Amino acid sequence: MRNAFNKTILDLTKKNDRIVLLTADMGYGQLETFAQMFPGRFYNVGVAEQNMTGIASGLAMEGNIVITYSIGNFPTLRTLEQIRNDVCYHNLNVKIVIIGGGLSYGVLGVSHHSTEDLAIMRALPNMVVVSPCDCYEAKAAAEAMIEYEGPVYYRCGYKGEKDIHQKPVDYKIGRSIKIRDGCDATIIFAGSIGYNVLLACDLLLKRGIKSSLISMHTLKPIDAGAISKAAEKTRTIITVEEHNILGGLGGAVAEVLAEICTERIKFKRIGIPDVYATEIGSRDWLLTKYCMSPLGIAETVTKVLES
Amino acid sequence: MDVVAGEQLTNYQNIAKRIRAQICRISNIGEGGHIGSCLSMVELLIVLYYKILKVDPKHPDWSERDRFILSKGHGGLGVYIILAERGFFPKDWLNDFRQEGSHLGDHISYLVPGVELSTGSLGHGLPVAVGMALNCKIRKKKYRVFVLMGDGGWDEGSNWEAALFAAQHHLSNLVAIVDYNNIQAFGRNKDIIDLEPFAKKFESFNWSVKEINGHNFQEIDEALNDLPLENGKPSCIIAHTLKGKGISFLEDTLGSHYKYCNDEELVEAYKELGVIL
Repeated sequence: MRNAFNKTILDLTKKNDRIVLLTADMGYGQLETFAQMFPGRFYNVGVAEQNMTGIASGLAMEGNIVITYSIGNFPTLRTLEQIRNDVCYHNLNVKIVIIGGGLSYGVLGVSHHSTEDLAIMRALPNMVVVSPCDCYEAKAAAEAMIEYEGPVYYRCGYKGEKDIHQKPVDYKIGRSIKIRDGCDATIIFAGSIGYNVLLACDLLLKRGIKSSLISMHTLKPIDAGAISKAAEKTRTIITVEEHNILGGLGGAVAEVLAEICTERIKFKRIGIPDVYATEIGSRDWLLTKYCMSPLGIAETVTKVLES
Repeated sequence: MDVVAGEQLTNYQNIAKRIRAQICRISNIGEGGHIGSCLSMVELLIVLYYKILKVDPKHPDWSERDRFILSKGHGGLGVYIILAERGFFPKDWLNDFRQEGSHLGDHISYLVPGVELSTGSLGHGLPVAVGMALNCKIRKKKYRVFVLMGDGGWDEGSNWEAALFAAQHHLSNLVAIVDYNNIQAFGRNKDIIDLEPFAKKFESFNWSVKEINGHNFQEIDEALNDLPLENGKPSCIIAHTLKGKGISFLEDTLGSHYKYCNDEELVEAYKELGVIL
């Protein structure tokens, strides 16, 4: 997914001279072409994320579209107040991009696990939060992000993720994409965990459970209409996110459901159960540990339907 | 170079008295306003806004204007007063300082005409100023970027990150002015985080540095008229000042960071300034 994002940004920058890319010393093997092609619009600010976000704000005030690029929590949590006071309060055209959302960096450890970012970025007024699930969404979301005037948080995956879509998607910020239609339950996911959810749907089908599947690629503004329709149709909503169980996709969907539902529905959030990983593991190993393997997701969905 | 002297000097001195009186009066109305921090930068603001900054009060967003950022956002009242003096907005707006529903709070707000950036948390102004200065390089613009900072703000690591970057990229259109009044929120700098040798720190960061008396119009004028201090380097003007300058019971006191003039103190302040109430 990282390659898809970087290629898209390169292509967009060829056509749009307002784009400036700042990196906090990340992008080895990825950003060299951009740096060579656009030396006047590429700055490695060094390992200094607070300054990167401040510079981005100053540049955006002068009319530039500025990308701050780094990995994990570095361009978000490390510089949260600059994002709040400078970027969001002034409603600036700054695009905060992380590579390696969720547990992508697995064995690198908790410092590199970005697992509270969606909740925190979502809490900031003026911020749009996107989390594409595969290369098709990554490209479309990058294009939409550049076109949108205002702050955007873009949570990119890492590498090797399998595609969920089969072809380019009709993408619009704030409008979710339905991938499968089923009548027994609706599973809503955000980000590259979607592939495991897709496989879980296949397992569920073998058990006779037909699920609707929705990619909620934009967490803010959330597609309340799609959630409402899904609740009405299947009466069972399950959210799956590679993120702490608190405040992210599950929280956002719960907020919508709590306000719109007049009748009882079944609802379950699947995610990291408000803990930090205490053991080293690959992404797949950690996802299995937190019941987000295809089988783990299928088991949870089955239990919810049986309850 | 025009030197501030004679009639102009007298004029600036009169403006300084008027602004100090306004700081005390508005703080009295609003019952707050970090007046010690406002009073220490009065002369700096006068030379900037009456002589140095290329700005147009009738067109605050003029694209070729010099950019001015107040990084010590708690001194917002001081800047509001000089912006009103220069005609960016009507003077009677000042009476709304700290009043519910107005835009004029303690910490400077970009919602007020003439203000580039809202600040209030320290360590934000310089990085944003660096971004504006970098834009000149990218887009081949001529404007300059001035950022007025407190000394306590230099405890923040983000400023040092920005200082490194500005030197690395030779941002000679960037001017950091430090209102070095020696007192931060909970005591004297030297007892909390001693910044000295401050000028040497900038020199070692590849900035060009000049130390001046921040209450002396000629010295301020001379420093700001001769920018950049050195070609290819960002400039730092360390302006030695007194917190609460000009009002004897506020001068060089920690309390002046927090207090406002009550009715009796306002009368006393006017008397000291020789301004008629």
